[in-house]
Amino acid sequence: MAATFYRDLAEIVTLSLEVSLGAVVLAALLAVPLGAVLALGRFRGRGALVLLVNAAMGLPPVVVGLGLYLLFSRAGPLGPLGLLYTPAAMIIAQTILVIPIIASFTRETVEGLAAEYGDMLAVLRAGFGQRLLTLLVEARPALLTAILAGLGRALSEVGAVMIVGGNIAHYTRVMTTAITLETSKGNLALAMALGGILLTLALGLNLAVGLIRERMQEPTHA
Amino acid sequence: MKIRSALARWCPALVRPLLALALAAGAVLAGTGAGAGTLIVQSTTSTRNSGLYDHILPAFEKDTGIKVKVVAVGTGQALKNAARCDGDVLVVHAKPDEEAFVAKGHGIRRHPLMHNDFVIVGPRDDPADVRHARSAADALTRIAKAGAPFVSRGDESGTHKKEKALWKAAGLDPSAASGGWYREAGAGMGATLNMAAGMGAYTLSDRGTWLAFNNRGDLALLFAGDPALYNPYGLIIVNPAHCPNVNIEDARVFRDWLLSEKGQRLIGSYRVHSEQLFFPDALPQKDGNGKDKAE
Repeated sequence: MAATFYRDLAEIVTLSLEVSLGAVVLAALLAVPLGAVLALGRFRGRGALVLLVNAAMGLPPVVVGLGLYLLFSRAGPLGPLGLLYTPAAMIIAQTILVIPIIASFTRETVEGLAAEYGDMLAVLRAGFGQRLLTLLVEARPALLTAILAGLGRALSEVGAVMIVGGNIAHYTRVMTTAITLETSKGNLALAMALGGILLTLALGLNLAVGLIRERMQEPTHA
Repeated sequence: MKIRSALARWCPALVRPLLALALAAGAVLAGTGAGAGTLIVQSTTSTRNSGLYDHILPAFEKDTGIKVKVVAVGTGQALKNAARCDGDVLVVHAKPDEEAFVAKGHGIRRHPLMHNDFVIVGPRDDPADVRHARSAADALTRIAKAGAPFVSRGDESGTHKKEKALWKAAGLDPSAASGGWYREAGAGMGATLNMAAGMGAYTLSDRGTWLAFNNRGDLALLFAGDPALYNPYGLIIVNPAHCPNVNIEDARVFRDWLLSEKGQRLIGSYRVHSEQLFFPDALPQKDGNGKDKAE
């Protein structure tokens, strides 16, 4: 009994981490370049795009979940992919939720750094790509914070993964949907215990990233 | 050296997301090959929350090697999801809606699977004196007369549909009191029971969820036994003519297994606090000619 309990628990925690970390990595790959281009690029519609990305930070997870459900449902346009009720659908949902956060943070940081180092880069006659890369490297600590904020969003949301994942035991059940389920069964102690684990995880990840950040800010030419 | 140690520090953090990505890619690929050996069951919540699936599915998976994925939502949503082809089999409890689902060609046919009953639960001190009601309709009339708080599921689930039918039978329309003593939760059975326990309200519950529910607080079972509270569960295979993606072979295996003597006995053997939660409706009858009524 206890053995299955711990195995189930480990499964749920592992899936939570896989889905949310997967979503954050995917989101970072897309959002960091997007944010940097928004910061340095000069093109039409940039202002509107910046506004849109900022506003998207407030996207309600249930709405994202519902939209993806309609898209991934067998009766929907992407139905044949068979993505509904899979961890992949959950990763996609959380990626959409995390992209605006990382993109916004990135844009703000890179814009600030560009103002600071702009003259120097101009003197060096750096091209667009070079400037972008240099500033992103300088922005690393701030980017880490952005990624952490995104991870917090991904790990804690329940609305989207509940709809597109379906909270299927041993397959798409993650920490947040398990907490919802146990609460609805009236197993409040178990629900609280799961909540405690989720909190500890978030805390631990924050601590780890905090340490990495500190190391990054040390002079690199020691 | 610095780079090396940084790599060592970053590697574990990178491995998991990469695994997840690989997993995602795998899931996409597997998805296009459409679930041989896995079944999606669109189900009512009571069968999951009461623990029935945990009791029967391991035996089924062991017998057949078919993996069952249960998506537990309200009966109304389960029927809608299945009509959109997002499932292979339905296990729900709203007979008129199930028959309509089949009549529309969305399902092949409805098989009676099992039954239990609905119960009216409420605060132990019972201000509306539901304990002495003569019928379910009378119980609701007493609650309405007393203006005692009543939490409705409000989610088009099987239980909600039953509750609405009971109000109708009592000649009452509680929606006028919505926001007053009549409170529509828009939530599953367990969440609704939590609310009822929290505000000392009455509510209608299926017996299975009630028996398995662990946060009763001051709630007690106050009324049961009226034939109007009968709660039959049906099983329907989604019609492949409507949804070509239906895993029809495995769905048939699942149906036949659940309706077989073994499946039915397993359903009947499920106990919570030593009480039987579900009563099989398709037990093969061993009467003379040995014909069973399962099919």
